[in-house]
Amino acid sequence: MLSLVLRRLLATIPVMGVVALFVFALLRLTPGDPAAVIAGDYASPDDVARIRAALGLDRPLHVQLGLWLGSLLRGDLGTSIFSGLPVATLIKQRIEPTLALATLTMLFAVLVAVPLGVLAAWKQGSWIDRAVMVAAVSGFSMPVFWLGFLLIWLFAVQLGWLPVQGYVPIRNGLWPFLRQLILPTLTLGFVYLALITRMTRASMLTVLREDYIRTAFAKGLASPSVLLRHALKNASLPVVTIIGVGIALLIGGVVVTESVFAIPGIGRLTVDAILRRDYPVIQAVILLVAGVYVLVNLVIDLLYLALDPRIRY
Amino acid sequence: MSRINRRQFLVGTAAAGAVVARGPFVHAQRRGGAIRIIPIADLKVLDPIWTTAYVTRDHAYLIYDTLFASDASLQVKPQMVDRYTVSKDGMKYSFTLRDGLKFHDGQPVTAEDCAVSLRRWGKKDSLGKLLMAATGKLEAVDAKTLALELKAPFGPVLDALGKPSSNVPFIMPARIAAVDANEQIKEVVGSGPYRFVKEEWQPGNQVVYARNPDYVPRNEPPSGAAGGKRVYVDRVVARYIPDAATAMAALEAGEIDWWDNPPVDFASRLEKNPNITVFVKNPAGTQGWLRPNHLHPPFNNKKARQALLHMVDQQMYLQAVVGDAKYYRQCPSYFMCGLPYETAAGAPGRPDFERARQLMKESGYDGKPVVVLDAADNTALHASALVTRELLARIGVNADLQALDWASMIARRGKKDPPSAGGWNIIPATWISADVMTPAVNAGLSGACDAAWFGWSCSEQMETLRAAWIRETDPAKRKQIAERVQVLAYDEVPYVPWGQYTQPTAYRKTVRGVLTFPASLYWNVSVEA
Repeated sequence: MLSLVLRRLLATIPVMGVVALFVFALLRLTPGDPAAVIAGDYASPDDVARIRAALGLDRPLHVQLGLWLGSLLRGDLGTSIFSGLPVATLIKQRIEPTLALATLTMLFAVLVAVPLGVLAAWKQGSWIDRAVMVAAVSGFSMPVFWLGFLLIWLFAVQLGWLPVQGYVPIRNGLWPFLRQLILPTLTLGFVYLALITRMTRASMLTVLREDYIRTAFAKGLASPSVLLRHALKNASLPVVTIIGVGIALLIGGVVVTESVFAIPGIGRLTVDAILRRDYPVIQAVILLVAGVYVLVNLVIDLLYLALDPRIRY
Repeated sequence: MSRINRRQFLVGTAAAGAVVARGPFVHAQRRGGAIRIIPIADLKVLDPIWTTAYVTRDHAYLIYDTLFASDASLQVKPQMVDRYTVSKDGMKYSFTLRDGLKFHDGQPVTAEDCAVSLRRWGKKDSLGKLLMAATGKLEAVDAKTLALELKAPFGPVLDALGKPSSNVPFIMPARIAAVDANEQIKEVVGSGPYRFVKEEWQPGNQVVYARNPDYVPRNEPPSGAAGGKRVYVDRVVARYIPDAATAMAALEAGEIDWWDNPPVDFASRLEKNPNITVFVKNPAGTQGWLRPNHLHPPFNNKKARQALLHMVDQQMYLQAVVGDAKYYRQCPSYFMCGLPYETAAGAPGRPDFERARQLMKESGYDGKPVVVLDAADNTALHASALVTRELLARIGVNADLQALDWASMIARRGKKDPPSAGGWNIIPATWISADVMTPAVNAGLSGACDAAWFGWSCSEQMETLRAAWIRETDPAKRKQIAERVQVLAYDEVPYVPWGQYTQPTAYRKTVRGVLTFPASLYWNVSVEA
């Protein structure tokens, strides 16, 4: 196990190197000029050129790449071209809301979806199954931003029960923290809930048709015991896979949800940086996301080992 | 009907006059608390000289003070200056600072700080550059006296020092203003009514300002950026909410007190909300432009540019961009309507597509695609680009509408290459009144070729006229010169104005004391319980 973790972590280094090169090249190929954005809409062409020179953006690309990679190796993510703040500071400011939203969303989705999926499979063909499947299809069909605005309109504007926007750190109290994240979590979680519910149901249906399940029932074991101890454990590999994929998809969903609910997270930091061509911020955030993605895959692989001892890497 | 006698009339008139003169002091205002605002954009850059971005200008109005300032009717009034003298020939100015001016770091504001700040501003701002070119000497005589001596006549000295919009000549400590004008300042220290709370600044989310307890306001009532800047709230918390629907919900739910810049589409719904006031704080508003590229065919030919002039139907543009007629007006003046240099001199009549089509033919237009840049993520620019494409088709021009995001557009517009090689032919633009209201500040009228604004219009005659306006000190003669500038502009067509529109602002009824001005000002406001 330890050697697997070490091997996978070492393999991360070339992956991150390729990502760094790719991101750098992609950004420089994308039209846009941060100097023009800084100078503002009303600056003269000469002013834009002077700012570009002052920022070093007129240097050859290989020089800019070398400088950036050099700072990365020293552990320096760079400085925002616009605000002049270190990128590490910007990420530190933004990481907590995104982590909180992503964690709550996955918790909500998994805790609700797995029991629903099991229930739907157990009661296949019943009204419960149909209701769960209708809800799941609805979850897939609703765009995140639309559901977000619907929930804001109902629970924040009409009923006044929950806040419209913003984020309260957990250090300011558990309830204010949770209250602020209820609507974003529901918004973002619905699609994952649908995804995991469907996958759990399908996987459970396959397992429930196996001989050993029939044997377990024939032995007179109680339904909950058969479902949870025998069927769910064997049906969980595809579910864990889809949860892992879901975490990757979550990164995209977080961007939309953070914008709709004005949550100052990594998603919005990325979008704002892209809109302004704040190269150091975009590069650092994409590296961070790539790193998280690689780690999530590693964790999923380790979970496979725990769930199915027959698996070997 | 009851009659009133002369004494009653006089008493009543005096009382009414007193109320009007007091203006924003009419209601006793609550002190303390915070005002939560949604600014016009996210504050990314803190240096108001480094950038011309309006959000940075608004931020700077809170932090810094200015020697002179424009009032609500854009008349220039002393602000940090207590008194000033001008020599009879208009070549020597002496400015004496008010007592009690202090930077946020506790240091007194000196004439040397003012001189260094103005020199830095004069390296970036268009009007500032002209002023500095005409200036022979700008130096501190003593701690409180600043002397400015011209080496060439320059009429709008005070207009330049009281310039209301980007770049505004804000005063910083000399040690900070000594930074190169093309590098961003590292510290935010001003002498204005609020302090910047750096530790609470989160770019993309929040900016916080705290009341400056040491600020000494002028005694006059506030008017625009001039007069007494009285601060009633302890904090201004600016929250950036990128989505307009979320911003509106936050205002309606009372999570936000003031939404600076709601899209006009949202105004009608906000107007129906009994808890919200919708207000136009810059009545002169914004001017829309079509800017042709003067370097390349067909618009390197005056006749093709004149064709654009006859093609533009302001009503169509304004309807598409704004929609609600309450917020727009057609205007024939390059210097905008309702402002001192408003004139219809030289303006063509109604749109004439036949004439436009004929002029395009006479220009030698060969049917090649005319590249129109469409900043699709900017509502006003996008709508005006779409209308342009339709109108170009009507006059027989093969329009190539190229959609891109705003950041790509402002990089692309700097390219002088032919349109077929990554350049462009037409860009839409919008400018607020303060940035187009005179021949000196209106960058689109510059005929300075390579040094002119993107599109690079080139006209020696225009430059001569603008220089004459700048030299002139007699207001009546300046007005005449401005009219000649406009007549020439309607002949050479450096750009085509497509109308004038205003931008509403919306705040909850608990907010009092919002000031009329082209920029957003957050002093004089209070939030009632």
